[in-house]
Amino acid sequence: MPASLVTALIGLADDHLILGHRLSEWCGHAPMLEEDLAMPNIALDLIGQARALYSYAGELEGAGRDEDALAFGRLERAYRNLLICELPNGDFAHTMLRQFYFASFMQLFWQAAEQSADATLAAIAAKAVKEAEYHRRHCAQWVIRLGDGTDESVRRMAEAVALLAPYTGEFFIADQDTCDVIAGGILPDTQTLQPAWQADVEQVFAEARLVPPKDVYAQKGGRRGVHTEAMGHLLAQLQFMQRSFPDMTW
Amino acid sequence: MVALQARRAWAAAAAVLDPEVPAVTVAELGILRAVDIDDQGRAVAQVTPTYSGCPAVLAIELAIEAALRQAGFDPVIERVLAPAWTTDWITEAGREKLRAYGIAPPVAGSSSKRALFGEITVACPRCASTQTSKLSEFGSTACKAQYRCNVCHEPFDYFKCI
Repeated sequence: MPASLVTALIGLADDHLILGHRLSEWCGHAPMLEEDLAMPNIALDLIGQARALYSYAGELEGAGRDEDALAFGRLERAYRNLLICELPNGDFAHTMLRQFYFASFMQLFWQAAEQSADATLAAIAAKAVKEAEYHRRHCAQWVIRLGDGTDESVRRMAEAVALLAPYTGEFFIADQDTCDVIAGGILPDTQTLQPAWQADVEQVFAEARLVPPKDVYAQKGGRRGVHTEAMGHLLAQLQFMQRSFPDMTW
Repeated sequence: MVALQARRAWAAAAAVLDPEVPAVTVAELGILRAVDIDDQGRAVAQVTPTYSGCPAVLAIELAIEAALRQAGFDPVIERVLAPAWTTDWITEAGREKLRAYGIAPPVAGSSSKRALFGEITVACPRCASTQTSKLSEFGSTACKAQYRCNVCHEPFDYFKCI
């Protein structure tokens, strides 16, 4: 159990670190001041959640790897994040839709994880669930505003839906490496979360007058360390300082 | 003797100010949970993080460590996750100081979803009017949202209920 729990925690932490890094790229580039505050704030929450998960994973692993070693010291194939987290930001509509998909999923995930048999994980979930709910609501408002907006915003939001929908299936794919952690009641079985997530997306899409895509092929591979082309470029920037000056601190 | 030492250690640690809101102490914010003297005579401070993304956590831990050391203790910082911190941990005195500092404090007993999503009334910390409107869900730090008073027209920070 500890080995697969470490693997599962690292995957979950990777989702948050990588998506947090992507969001941080918006800092100073957002379309308005409020969003220039919102996106880095959400990124901070995600990276904070990643830190808690990495620290706990490192502690359980007992091999002397701390949060920094896990975040900065691994090669691309060792990262286990969902592919949707590493995709380039695209435009603001694309970023908001991705964030809505992810926050809606994580809100359900953390709600379920609050009942975890593992006390530390339950404590991390109790904090993260409120943050995910806050993010979900903020991003859902943008999906609705842009999806039911001008010709240009509708076009861009529809493009984002077409681009991102294939990457949402991976939320719910069972991961062979970590199924005993789910069976042990430590982590939620994401397959059971799919109906509630689907309902949330459909409700927001209905308000946004967006057409939910049907029968989309699910892109997968992140949980096995098989990434998109974007990942290497992202890591080159994320790891730059630690690669140039190993174990640097300030 | 140990009890007296523990009280002294608590007093030293509890006086540390929050680095981002230097009007309130870490004890008033509920970040410092306890300070005990362990069997080796070290002062063990239990500190709980607030928001996951709060970048001040490390600064707060270092400040508590320094304060204990200055008071003559051998400090150990322990990070406690459960029970999770909510704004309900902020003391009454802490809320009053936040208000005086110009930050609308979270309403006591309000760490509910209704409060988190702003479905409650936020009073202006300057003129106490409840005619206020939200400007931005996110503010200058992870713990704050931005509001404006419709009566005295002052913009102000609101401590988000989590």
